[in-house]
Amino acid sequence: MNNKPQKAKLILEDGTEFVGTAFGYPINTNGEVVFNTGMVGYPETMTDPSYRGQILVMTFPLIGNYGVPNYERENGLLKYFESEKIHCRALIISNYSDEYSHWNGKRSLDDWMKEQKIPGIYGIDTRMLTRKLRESGTMLGKIVIDEKEKIDFEDVNKLDLVGEVCVKEPIEYTRNKKKIILVDCGTKNNIIQAFLRRNITVIRVPYDYDFSKEKANGILISNGPGDPKMCKATIENTRKVMKFGTPTLGVCLGSQIMALAAGADTYKLKYGHRGHNQPCNETGSKRCYITSQNHGYAVNSETMPEDWREWFINDNDGTNEGIIHIAKPFFATQFHPEASPGPDDTEFIFDMFLRALK
Amino acid sequence: MIKRGKPKKVLILGSGALQIGQAGEFDYSGSQAIKALKEDGITSILINPNIATIQTSENFADKVYFMPIKAEFVEKIIEKEEPDSILLQFGGQTALNVGVELYEKGILKKHNVKVLGTPVEAIEATEDRLIFGNKVTEIGLKVALSKTANNVDEAIAAAEEIGFPVMVRIAYALGGLGSGIVNNKDELIEKARRAFTFTNQILIEESLYGWKEIEYEIVRDRFNNCITICSMENIDPMGIHTGDSIVIAPVQTLSASENFKLRSIGIKLIRHLGVIGECNIQYALDPKSDDYRIIEVNARLSRSSALASKATGYPLAFIATKLALGYALNEVENIITQETSACFEPALDYVALKFPRWDLQKFRQVSTQLGSEMKSVGEVMSLGRSFEEVLQKAIRMLDIGMKGFVGNNLVFNDLDNELSKPTDKRIYAIAQALKEGYSIDKIHELTKITRWFLYKMKNIVLTENKLKGIKLNKISVDLMREAKMNGFSDVQLGHLAGATEFEVRNYRKSIGVVPVVKQIDTLAAEYPAQTNYLYLTYHGKENDIQFGQSNQIIVLGSGAYRIGSSVEFDWCCVNAVMSLNKLEYKTIMINCNPETVSTDYDICDKLYFEQLTFERVLDIYDKENPEGVIISMGGQIPNNLAVKLYNAGVKILGTSPEQIDNAENRHKFSQILDRLEVDQPEWKELTSLDEAKKFAKKVSYPVLIRPSYVLSGAAMSIVISDDELEEYLKKASEISREHPVVISKFITDAREIEADAVAEDGNLYCYAISEHVENAGVHSGDATIVLPPQRTYLETMRRVKIITKQIAKELKITGPFNIQFIAKDNEVKVIECNLRASRSFPFVSKVLKINFIEIATKLMMGEKIPKLDKSSFDVDYVGVKAPQFSFTRLKGSDPILGVEMASTGEVACLGDDFNEAFLKSFLSTGYRIPKKAVMLSTGTAKDKADFLNETKKLYDMGLKLYATNGTSKFLKEHGIESEVLNWPLEKVEPNIITYLNEGKIDLVINIPKNEEKYELDNDYLIRRKAVDMNVNLITNIQVAKRFVKSLSKIQDLSAKSWDEYN
Repeated sequence: MNNKPQKAKLILEDGTEFVGTAFGYPINTNGEVVFNTGMVGYPETMTDPSYRGQILVMTFPLIGNYGVPNYERENGLLKYFESEKIHCRALIISNYSDEYSHWNGKRSLDDWMKEQKIPGIYGIDTRMLTRKLRESGTMLGKIVIDEKEKIDFEDVNKLDLVGEVCVKEPIEYTRNKKKIILVDCGTKNNIIQAFLRRNITVIRVPYDYDFSKEKANGILISNGPGDPKMCKATIENTRKVMKFGTPTLGVCLGSQIMALAAGADTYKLKYGHRGHNQPCNETGSKRCYITSQNHGYAVNSETMPEDWREWFINDNDGTNEGIIHIAKPFFATQFHPEASPGPDDTEFIFDMFLRALK
Repeated sequence: MIKRGKPKKVLILGSGALQIGQAGEFDYSGSQAIKALKEDGITSILINPNIATIQTSENFADKVYFMPIKAEFVEKIIEKEEPDSILLQFGGQTALNVGVELYEKGILKKHNVKVLGTPVEAIEATEDRLIFGNKVTEIGLKVALSKTANNVDEAIAAAEEIGFPVMVRIAYALGGLGSGIVNNKDELIEKARRAFTFTNQILIEESLYGWKEIEYEIVRDRFNNCITICSMENIDPMGIHTGDSIVIAPVQTLSASENFKLRSIGIKLIRHLGVIGECNIQYALDPKSDDYRIIEVNARLSRSSALASKATGYPLAFIATKLALGYALNEVENIITQETSACFEPALDYVALKFPRWDLQKFRQVSTQLGSEMKSVGEVMSLGRSFEEVLQKAIRMLDIGMKGFVGNNLVFNDLDNELSKPTDKRIYAIAQALKEGYSIDKIHELTKITRWFLYKMKNIVLTENKLKGIKLNKISVDLMREAKMNGFSDVQLGHLAGATEFEVRNYRKSIGVVPVVKQIDTLAAEYPAQTNYLYLTYHGKENDIQFGQSNQIIVLGSGAYRIGSSVEFDWCCVNAVMSLNKLEYKTIMINCNPETVSTDYDICDKLYFEQLTFERVLDIYDKENPEGVIISMGGQIPNNLAVKLYNAGVKILGTSPEQIDNAENRHKFSQILDRLEVDQPEWKELTSLDEAKKFAKKVSYPVLIRPSYVLSGAAMSIVISDDELEEYLKKASEISREHPVVISKFITDAREIEADAVAEDGNLYCYAISEHVENAGVHSGDATIVLPPQRTYLETMRRVKIITKQIAKELKITGPFNIQFIAKDNEVKVIECNLRASRSFPFVSKVLKINFIEIATKLMMGEKIPKLDKSSFDVDYVGVKAPQFSFTRLKGSDPILGVEMASTGEVACLGDDFNEAFLKSFLSTGYRIPKKAVMLSTGTAKDKADFLNETKKLYDMGLKLYATNGTSKFLKEHGIESEVLNWPLEKVEPNIITYLNEGKIDLVINIPKNEEKYELDNDYLIRRKAVDMNVNLITNIQVAKRFVKSLSKIQDLSAKSWDEYN
């Protein structure tokens, strides 16, 4: 930690200012301000590519307690993180613990953020900030640590966020003969690991790669940041593979992309769903699953074509949480079956997908 | 929706009297269960002899039976009421055990009673270690390894299979006697050899010493939806009972993968077991890897679930009831948010810390060391947005005179020992260690407490250091804010800055350092919630709620349950709040005890889960600006705040706080009594031993001594000689002008009488006079109380009533009050007067069916209510309130009654006559009707003679009589045969201890006499052995006589519900 506490400000686009103390890398930045209600899992959350371009507010006040894990790799992927680096642009918290303790804690959150050049602010009334975002909806914001350096707001949803986070060239993770194409829109490591654990070969391709010509037993369209409508090429390719009837699974952004490919529409939620406790009802049953989520956009279920059904519905606000084709092996969830961080109640969806593979 | 098979009439088993390990949390869970049934239009029948509970109040269950929770009585009630279903999960271990018994005996099947929720097979799987172990391992999960050994060789084999180090546990040993960890074969051999000299079997268990102890609360519906409501981390690692551990929610030092792994494991196991409703699962987690062991599952509502419910705001007991009825989780509404579903896992944006409250100094000879057996009698929970804040708040909430983590006048000499062998004071030893410069690593080594918690504790010490030597008006805004965010109170700050609490308050307000109010909404503000569940924190800028409502009244709660103050005061508070609601006031409750009904989401209009301190009450008063504060319902804590709050300009409702001082100040009160020409035992405040001796000589022994403030465990005591007086005063530390002792004449063979009453502007409105079964000398909280009195002279009753009227007038009482009297030969003396509701208010209200608290509340609010008919105080049945002791739990403690209260709870039953009510009450506290033999050692010659008739009765009932030599001789002289057993210390057979061990005796009547040490030690050994062997023990002559009388008179105890007595 810096010896001398340095003041830092979060300024929202409506002019509201929150003043706290800087930690991490002392640099001004901007982004879309969103809140996450998960009570654990900051290393996984911050490296989730879906947070690209966002200033992340943690509603749980005590952060940093167990430090940041080691950089051990498994299958070439970082074992304890969801991607190679931190993707959120800044972190806003209430109470920071620089002194951490955990058997797997190798560095403090502050040191890690410094290394990754990510600024943070602690000492913020994060509940007040969350209530504000809840009432006014997600807002643009900027972090000002160095008052002399000018910084403007930036609408990150207009950027090619997916292009920034996805893999640049196809990568093959070889296992069994059965293989799936993972369309990387900003995939979390644990989606790849989940299939490798199931002995499935994964070919990870960039989001704009034309995967419609590749031979595979199935297609998985991953999660990722921003507005699904920005992923024009992915939508187009998805439409093609669905014509062939290749089994296709969508996760989060992938679900929205599949919906768009099928002809439905998507829209921006007021402040999104980000946390580990979202209840999702499976339609036609009394089953309700607790899910891990991170999305700002959603499928408009009223626009779904005839041969598609709503599969899951959020039990809190009734928004769409999954879609399924009535005849073909196409299905998608708005939530994250791979959890990490979050409950693994819905990992069975990956097994469903396996059974559907050609 | 439940389409078919919805129950119509449900029997609920309560948990009976409060005792260590089973306390107020079951009033909370039972009350919620009843509400949940009511909402579904289901008739509820409740059996619970705990008369002070809310659940046994009018307007809760459709029918209430104040009866023992024992299979035979439950069956009688089943036969009479014909319920179609039964709920077993809401009355703690007591209800569960009785439920299993009813099931196994086929009684439930015989009467077509269905068990709702978790099936009995699943309950049994969680209760039986062997079945449980198999259930866990058959789905590939890990349980702590445990093996039994019957000799040293078996022990070695077991240990080698498990792998050293292992925990050696001695089956059925006293207080974990001889248990411990051994690191190698040699150590094991030595320990095992010693163990086998006094036991036949030992347990060799995998050592989990120092592992983290983690708990989850899990709910599951019959559609297999299964979710976790709350995770909790014990700050004290494995080795200390979770009831005696400091616990934080949610977990703090687990990574996401560990957290969700334990969650998945829990869900997997709960589904496998088939729990429907609520349960708790405990894990040990290796601090050096993500390895784990499942410790146990409680397939019922528990202390932890009450805590989890209050910590998250999720109404666990209510939801569990709905699930037991057959609802799916996503069919039940989230009552807190009223917006979202009950099928979700609460997200907290604060932390909740539970701190246990111990009262070990109240017991003789008890060890203060903490271990695998629970010793605490209550708990508090604090809410805040940093660990430092919740820790310091929680310590203050305990109300044990500690200012917080730091700032206490405690010094430990052997610090390392205090740290490594935890007692109830370890947290303060950690504070001292940090101040003395112990490294975090060293403290961690000694305590095994995860370093993160220690770092946070160190922050408090660092802030204290920054504050040292700074004058109040020199404390900067930033430093003041830092101190407040780290949980420092105005008292602590004043202590450091040499200023008064009030000066600190004014200064910090002047520089704008005030706390903000935040809501507990279960979902971290993600959705707007109409919640009224609030706390204060300094980690924030914005209040969640708007102030300025009119017509608000604050009721101060009773804080942590402790010996002398428990659920009865919660009953008073809840009734006050409900009465205010009826009068259309907006109610604000302040309390910090997670075991209570007063802190339930639907009791008051606003609940502040906060400290009952001058500072915090004033903080809330400043913000809410209510019409007034009621301080007379929550027992001694609010009562003690009355004068201070009044002087700070707070409007106190009811009797003026100036009068409270008149009643509590010994000198003032004595003068008032003199003026009224009301008698009182002679007393004097003395500052030297000579004076004390002189006074004792004047009034003649015995005398009652009480130190003006309690130090080094010295408490009230009766002394009978100069020698004893001297010895006592030495123990009570230096007697001096600053610390005088009060000595009063102790009147022997006298009766104690209590008046519970309500007055309006000094006029007595209603009253209840009850008498103690025991003679004076037993604390009123430990006494057996009878209403209406059965043996008190009419003249005495008249006198008591007149004095009560006079005192009400003199002290201009408006509201509840209680006076204790001592009576002998129609002479009545006043012992003390409390201008607040007393412990017996629920008892007298329910026996007379006149709600004294509702009346008191109305009168305090200036309502006019019609006079009660005089005949209302005259009933044709009898109520008997009996104490519940927890001596079994407190290994080594001497189970004897005295002037210091020792009971942890109480029951009360109604009967057509004194004997019936008495017997029901005693059976409710765990007494059984003796079938085999009675062991008699009946004290002095006088006592022996006094008990002669009853001894004959026992003999006539066909019971075998064993007696000590003296008693036996005496009996023989009076023609009663008995078999002589030798004293324990004689170590000669036939010995009392052996007979107790072998289960040959099922009642011990041991009336102690104050004689030489040898005999006292013998008496102690008999009593202790009886308690340890779960043999009924009676140590008071009047109780013994009444017990035998009741046994001889009563053939059959009737199962009559409360409303059948009229």
